[in-house]
Amino acid sequence: MFTDYDVGGFFDEMFTPAGEVRPHYAPLLERFASMEHSEFQRKVAMAENSYLSQGITFTVYSGDEGTERIFPFDLIPRIVPADEWAHIERGLEQRLTALNMFLHDIYHDQRILKEKVIPEEVIRSAKHFRPEFMGFDVPKNIYIHVCGTDLIRDDSGQYLVLEDNGRCPSGVSYVLENRQAMKRVFPRLFSKYPVRPVDRYPQELLSVLRYIAPGGKPDPVCAVLTPGIYNSAYFEHSFLAREMGIEIVVGADLVVENRRVYMKTTRGLQQVDVIYRRIDDDFLDPQVFRKDSVLGVPGLVDAYRAGNVALANSIGTGVADDKVTYYYVPRMIEFYLGEKPILPNVQTWLSAEEDDRKYILENVGNLVIKAANESGGYGMLIGPQATKEEIEKFRQAIIADPRGYVAQPVISLSRSPSYCDGVIEGRHIDLRPYVLCGEKTTIIPGGLTRVALRKGSLVVNSSQGGGSKDTWVLDSEDEPLQFQSQSRTP
Amino acid sequence: MLSRVADSCYWMSRYIERAETNARLLNVNMALMLDLEDADTTSVKRHWEPVLATLEDQELFNELYDSVSAESVMEFVTFEKKNPNSVFSCICAARENARTVREQISSEMWERLNTLYLYLRSEQARHDYRQAPYDFYRSIVDGSHLFQGITDATMTHGEGWDFIQVGKYLERADSTSRVLDIKYHILLPHGEMVGGNVDLTQWMAVLRSCSAFEAYLKIRVGHVSAWDVAEFLILHPTFPRSIRFCVDSMDRAIHRISGSRIAGSHNETERLSGMLRASIDYATIDGIMRGGLHEYLDATQLRLIEISDALVKTYCEWLDGGGRAVA
Repeated sequence: MFTDYDVGGFFDEMFTPAGEVRPHYAPLLERFASMEHSEFQRKVAMAENSYLSQGITFTVYSGDEGTERIFPFDLIPRIVPADEWAHIERGLEQRLTALNMFLHDIYHDQRILKEKVIPEEVIRSAKHFRPEFMGFDVPKNIYIHVCGTDLIRDDSGQYLVLEDNGRCPSGVSYVLENRQAMKRVFPRLFSKYPVRPVDRYPQELLSVLRYIAPGGKPDPVCAVLTPGIYNSAYFEHSFLAREMGIEIVVGADLVVENRRVYMKTTRGLQQVDVIYRRIDDDFLDPQVFRKDSVLGVPGLVDAYRAGNVALANSIGTGVADDKVTYYYVPRMIEFYLGEKPILPNVQTWLSAEEDDRKYILENVGNLVIKAANESGGYGMLIGPQATKEEIEKFRQAIIADPRGYVAQPVISLSRSPSYCDGVIEGRHIDLRPYVLCGEKTTIIPGGLTRVALRKGSLVVNSSQGGGSKDTWVLDSEDEPLQFQSQSRTP
Repeated sequence: MLSRVADSCYWMSRYIERAETNARLLNVNMALMLDLEDADTTSVKRHWEPVLATLEDQELFNELYDSVSAESVMEFVTFEKKNPNSVFSCICAARENARTVREQISSEMWERLNTLYLYLRSEQARHDYRQAPYDFYRSIVDGSHLFQGITDATMTHGEGWDFIQVGKYLERADSTSRVLDIKYHILLPHGEMVGGNVDLTQWMAVLRSCSAFEAYLKIRVGHVSAWDVAEFLILHPTFPRSIRFCVDSMDRAIHRISGSRIAGSHNETERLSGMLRASIDYATIDGIMRGGLHEYLDATQLRLIEISDALVKTYCEWLDGGGRAVA
């Protein structure tokens, strides 16, 4: 199945530039090499059916009827050796520590602005900065409890941080479900690899939620707040609630009285202590943020201010995953921790800076332009793949709102063999590990490997034709159990 | 348990039961049609109209279809999306409710229901419906039974399960009363005394619509009469689709939810449910027939609706109704 595989001049996860299989992929290659194409197709169908029957789908609306699609799943796993993972882990922990210190600072003394490490203007103009929370102390001083940090690898294989998601990062349910699917489809392959388990994530998340309960309540009531079943991530919200054994609620299930939050139950009102909310700040409370929000709970923010309910993530974390703030994260790490960043940023130009802007406007066609406050692959332009009109549109947008855009070079993301239209070909991938911050920082070994299934595409978001892969982090004790002599793709 | 969750469990269960009833009704009627001696338009019409009457959907049907035929009625009751009570709509509604309580019900329950839903949407379902309708309807009935069986075996028998039981038995009592009521009226030859001679085949069909044929024959060996069938379907204490059995089971579940003794009543739901149960406990078929079978069944349906409304008001919409009960 790998006979015509071509690394195509990119950094390939499985093969060296010379076409040698990398050692940690050797048992995998052996298994796949012995597989008939028809067997592989059967396994693909098996995996798809299991996702469909479990309802692990998102809804695409067209016309009067929504169709449910599965998030495409690629059966060839991404394998991360133990030492690489240890490096990633150290880098992520360092980064999240700095981001949480940054958020505390920004909402209190603003030392980092006073010492001119970050220009004041950057924060003042950040869309998700919440000045109304200045001086407010969040429970246990943790702002970002759940962080999804997107990593990519460049053409030398170096891991770089592409962006931080410090508001409501999604996708973790796929990490767990992908693993389940792989175990069903390739049970024997797991016996050859010391793959670290990922299934403790919901329990770890629950202990974070319990840790931040107001007044250190010993047995707090926690709940997941979802926008509802029509939200594309509803499956995940319900999955996490089920795996944690806590209630999933919509805004209408909650009511605030005497600055306390209650759920409406068949036995009356029951107080809620901790809310893992999967609703953005803007929609959380129509009395404070968007008045037209029907998803939120009137009075919730007031109860939060009174310290009677804890929220994960805290309100106002969006200022940390703004793409202009991103530019300053390496400086934050040095400022707060006195350390060099373990995981570097992708080189970034700020159109708010005059010199940078000049460079950007001259080179839009060669750069990736990103809107500072968008996510999910929206508001993004990949210069070399854009039309003249699109480029001009972005040039005008940058001139009109310099604070609203940043630019990065086009990174040739690493590729991983992926099964597309009946053949195995290289496709670009990224990696979103999930970092939990409670009593300690916990990182689920692995994360969501997203793959751009469209040929040549660099955009991995599900809204843009992306799929996912299972991510295997190997245990350090023993690397792959059976090493074959290095086989070579002819 | 969250009020919204209780509400969804209750309705999920009602919709599945309703889909099953409809599938069973169509299956029996289809089989019966094979016995029709002269399949002209009038007799076909006469044969299928009762199905629409049972489901109380005639008006919508007349809006959507030109004439009553086996094809049009079956399509209307099986797949018609505009009909909120078609098998397809019921399964969709059950699944939507299940989706909102996925973390409360077991994965096995969800997967069973989702599989049934995906099947109904598939080309395969259409193919089976055309080629082997008997098996098609059977698979829907089986799907419902599987779901309820899986529910029993995999879900904690707690509050959510009790709401599922209330939904199941309330819906089932309602559908048994409808099948009996309509069949009785349509089948009763003009001017004939209640309890008189009617077509044996048709009464056997009534029993089959409630999966009661075999159970009935064990009690009334070889003898099928309108009077006996009515008694069996209303008053039999242990046949699981008789109105009495369903009301008993519903009442017990309602008391389990509130935690109060079976004889007492703490709220409106319990009061209404207890009254219905007691009235059936002390009823005789002679008394029912004297007062009029139709009137009796009609009153029963109304009381079931009252119980359903009270249940929703007591447990699910209490806050919106201005009620207040802080635990």
